[in-house]
Amino acid sequence: MEKKYLPFEKPIEEIERKIEEIEKNKKIDPIVKNTEIVKLKQLLIEKKKEIYSNLTPWQIVQIARHPNRPHTLDYLDNIFDEYIELHGDRAFKDDPAIVSGFGKFLGMTVAFVGHQKGRETKENIDRKFGMAHPEGYRKALRIMKLAEKFTFPVVTFIDTPGAHPDIEAEERGQALSIAINLLEMSLLRTPILCIIIGEGGSGGALGIGLGDRVLMQEFSIYSVISPEGCASILWKSQNAVEEAAKALKLTSRDLLELGIIDEIIPEPLGGAHSDWEKTFEYMKSAIEKNLKELKMIKIDELIELRYKKYRKIGVFKEGEESE
Amino acid sequence: MIFKRKKYIELTPKEKVDIKKEIWIKCDGCGKLLYTKKLEENLKVCPECSYHFRMTAEERIKSLIDEGTFVEKWRNLETCDPLNFVGVKSYKEKLQEDMKKTGMKEAIVVGTGKIGGFPVSLSVLDAHFIMGSMGSVVGEKFSRICEFSIEVGLPLISISGGGGGARMYEGVISLMQMAKTASSVGKLKKAGILYISILTDPTMGGVAASFAFLGDIIIAEPKALIGFAGPRVIEQTIRQKLPHGFQSAEFLYERGLIDMVVDRRDLKEIITKILRIFHT
Repeated sequence: MEKKYLPFEKPIEEIERKIEEIEKNKKIDPIVKNTEIVKLKQLLIEKKKEIYSNLTPWQIVQIARHPNRPHTLDYLDNIFDEYIELHGDRAFKDDPAIVSGFGKFLGMTVAFVGHQKGRETKENIDRKFGMAHPEGYRKALRIMKLAEKFTFPVVTFIDTPGAHPDIEAEERGQALSIAINLLEMSLLRTPILCIIIGEGGSGGALGIGLGDRVLMQEFSIYSVISPEGCASILWKSQNAVEEAAKALKLTSRDLLELGIIDEIIPEPLGGAHSDWEKTFEYMKSAIEKNLKELKMIKIDELIELRYKKYRKIGVFKEGEESE
Repeated sequence: MIFKRKKYIELTPKEKVDIKKEIWIKCDGCGKLLYTKKLEENLKVCPECSYHFRMTAEERIKSLIDEGTFVEKWRNLETCDPLNFVGVKSYKEKLQEDMKKTGMKEAIVVGTGKIGGFPVSLSVLDAHFIMGSMGSVVGEKFSRICEFSIEVGLPLISISGGGGGARMYEGVISLMQMAKTASSVGKLKKAGILYISILTDPTMGGVAASFAFLGDIIIAEPKALIGFAGPRVIEQTIRQKLPHGFQSAEFLYERGLIDMVVDRRDLKEIITKILRIFHT
């Protein structure tokens, strides 16, 4: 996989290139080489710390969309003991933008549902950029209902710019399929753990995002509309994306503060895209901890708690009754 | 010839337009000039071409609920600005503006009343208030009326005439109102409460993808725009013009996504019939 750098990661790129150059250079004395590299690596850590502790919301949006970021199948390949993908909505077709099935996670049987983005252009077109059609949401629901049959917990991985906006999606009931998922997930008699691993794009994200716990990776985003969409509607200009990203309060920290999410899963220094091993480690322990806690709760109580969790979201004033 | 007598009285153009606007209205469907009073008597449906004009929540309630039976609930809920949203126009400014424009506090009215003699709970969205979009107050009032319906055992009728979907100014909090309202419909399902959802022009985005499309029975008004993604967004994505009638009530009916398309002038009668049949 080719390493890609974001515009604001330029200083990191420069140092990493320099390290590579020195490592390749056979003319330099090995001892000098070593001290030089140690020095540069130290500098690299400092630079990363400097950049990553002062990120703007718009920069976080770019990290959340980073092509080198692990996607759903990368997590399955690396943190599940084994898994089997199941296909199709049993009505129309299989949606490649959503992967789903069952697997073993630390010996526990778990259902998984996740948006799947591609990395290269062709793969992205095949995967429809992780933007699901109604059949994708229906497939997701089919797998969740199957999980309910055996009381296997469901883990969902959310990573989508949004539900697919095209003619076919509307013809097959995009709004309807998302609405039904919300209703059914609110009643599903098995634990649901939702994790935003990149872009949490509006209704398309929420369509597999209603659960007992909602976690976000540190540099993922969750938003009612993309900063680009918001900028064009409210500011009538694409130059306002940075302002829009800030106004929407879409970062993990903002959403934890607003009480929308339950937990932030930390990312390694330099973001998930810079160190997959550490990313998997943090993800694995977060899933383990939450599934263990959720399994302790009786199903009836779990469903009541799930209802209350969403029922209390909202900010309003209760003025005096005018009647 | 120095003084020529004018054959007409002069009116300033401004006055002229104002008077015209009040008495006459141009139909968006057939372009004919309609007598406003006549149009209102006809439930805001064009007598010439049956084009359905948008209704305010007040007009909607008047058209459906038996006279003198409507009791509004939770009028006292007021909108806050949880994100302190500052755009070209701040959320607070936008709220003030639309409150002044509509005389409403929010985009939703809920309450109880009778339809054809049958007692019901009612939720009405008004597209004139920030596009009838769903923020915290809309979500809260909808959930409350669901819970109230369960408590007293009344069928719920919801009229979604709001295009905006989730309300951008409240960020993810508004997105979560989709989860909240859909969960409340889940409660209705568990409690065995009949829920009829009427989709009027326009019902889009987060409103469509939550409580509006979850009716046990879904009825739409003729030619209403109904869907998830806005037509402009779709056009930009696929880079071509959309076919005529795309995302209309008739388009959805043909594809089996809704139960029926009903002319507004027959709506009360149809709802009454359903209530009668489902009444045991």
